[in-house]
Amino acid sequence: MTRELNVALIEQAVRDLYIEACIHASPDLRAAVRAAHARESKPVAQEVLGQILQNMDLATENGLPSCQDTGLCVVFLDLGQDLHLIGGDLNDAVNRGVARACLEGRLRASSLTPLTRQNTGNNTPAVLHLRIVPGDGAHLTVAPKGFGSENMSRLKMLNPSDGEEGVKDFIVETMRLAGGKPCPPVILGVGIGGTAESCALLAKRMLLRPLGQRAEDPRLARMEEELLERINALQIGPMGLGGDTTALAVHIAELPTHIAGLPAMVNMQCHASRHREMTL
Amino acid sequence: MIQLSLPASRGELAKLRAGDAVLLSGFLYTARDAAHKRLVGLLGEGKPLPFELRGAAIYYAGPSPAPEGLPIGSCGPTTSARMDAYAPALLRQGHNVMVGKGPRGAEVVEAMKETCSVYFAATGGAGALLAMRVKAAETICFEDLGTEAIRRLTVEAFPVIVAIDAEGNSLFSA
Ligand code: SF4
Repeated sequence: MTRELNVALIEQAVRDLYIEACIHASPDLRAAVRAAHARESKPVAQEVLGQILQNMDLATENGLPSCQDTGLCVVFLDLGQDLHLIGGDLNDAVNRGVARACLEGRLRASSLTPLTRQNTGNNTPAVLHLRIVPGDGAHLTVAPKGFGSENMSRLKMLNPSDGEEGVKDFIVETMRLAGGKPCPPVILGVGIGGTAESCALLAKRMLLRPLGQRAEDPRLARMEEELLERINALQIGPMGLGGDTTALAVHIAELPTHIAGLPAMVNMQCHASRHREMTL
Repeated sequence: MIQLSLPASRGELAKLRAGDAVLLSGFLYTARDAAHKRLVGLLGEGKPLPFELRGAAIYYAGPSPAPEGLPIGSCGPTTSARMDAYAPALLRQGHNVMVGKGPRGAEVVEAMKETCSVYFAATGGAGALLAMRVKAAETICFEDLGTEAIRRLTVEAFPVIVAIDAEGNSLFSA
């Protein structure tokens, strides 16, 4: 049996989720920043974390984007293989959702052609990642991504002999080089293995994992904890002004890779960690 | 908390120390990459600037569009390092307060010491909180740049931290 789904519903969902994600901080993010605020020992860092918490409330109260950089709009769509899409081109529908969110939600238009720097005026096109999955559902996640943090992301094709230590050093080095630029406290999405592009996408997907949840594999979970400690020991602090809170979490996942390779990718996420999901 | 009115005098700026939490009130001019490029271009051609640079406080920010009933949309700072190529020339023309986020290059710090200027950090990502402290906003030039146009903001109790003081002391490590 196939189920029909009109792409107009996807358009509307993209619009709504994009606006919501920009305005309302998720409960896991609030809890993580609150906990960091309570733990923080440096006054300047405490002040900044306090402002970040206050900002979340004011954004919600006033219906304003919590950060003015409402990002490029990254959309993850898992489509059931028994689903039949009707009502027109799926890509157009997703882009219409983004354009409407930008206009109707008063989001900032930041999308432009890379070399001529011509702004598209409405944040289109979306960055759309599609997956075909079993069933007849459609699962949509909208994750606007600001570029202060995206710019601090790094991919490295390591040597297999570099091993786990080499990967860990690369991750800590990425944070050290980023310093205050990606609006710490940050979340590091890490992909290890695969090819260059599958590794990068895995790292991005790791940013969708709820805060407070560890990797299922105990080996990776231990690595996440160790890295979080090493990164916070750098004392970069909120906004790079010094302090105990540089990262809220490190989320790691692996993919099988080639006998000759060891790719690792860090996708840097600022404290404006925004993603909203819905099943259609 | 220390209160500072803008424009600020050199004497007042000289008293501030890295790490001080300060509330700014008065005028802030928004300008980011494209506007800086134009300002420095005008200076190079010896043409007049669209606003008085002497004593001006520049805020590195490109706000989201204003919703109905508010003077401005979300308006947190952008990464200051991208303005490092332009800032020394503007500081030498009398601009003395910069507000942004993240570390600055050595040449900017040198120019700050030479001109007794201060670099404040606002909290990146706190765009809604900072918008609430903006009482009025007026686009004064480069309207074609959209979010990057230069706006004059009237702010009240706008929260910042002295990130680099006029003696070059900095909160940023390396
Ligand atoms: S890095 Fe994140 S928090 Fe900082 S300005 Fe960009 S989107 Fe906002």
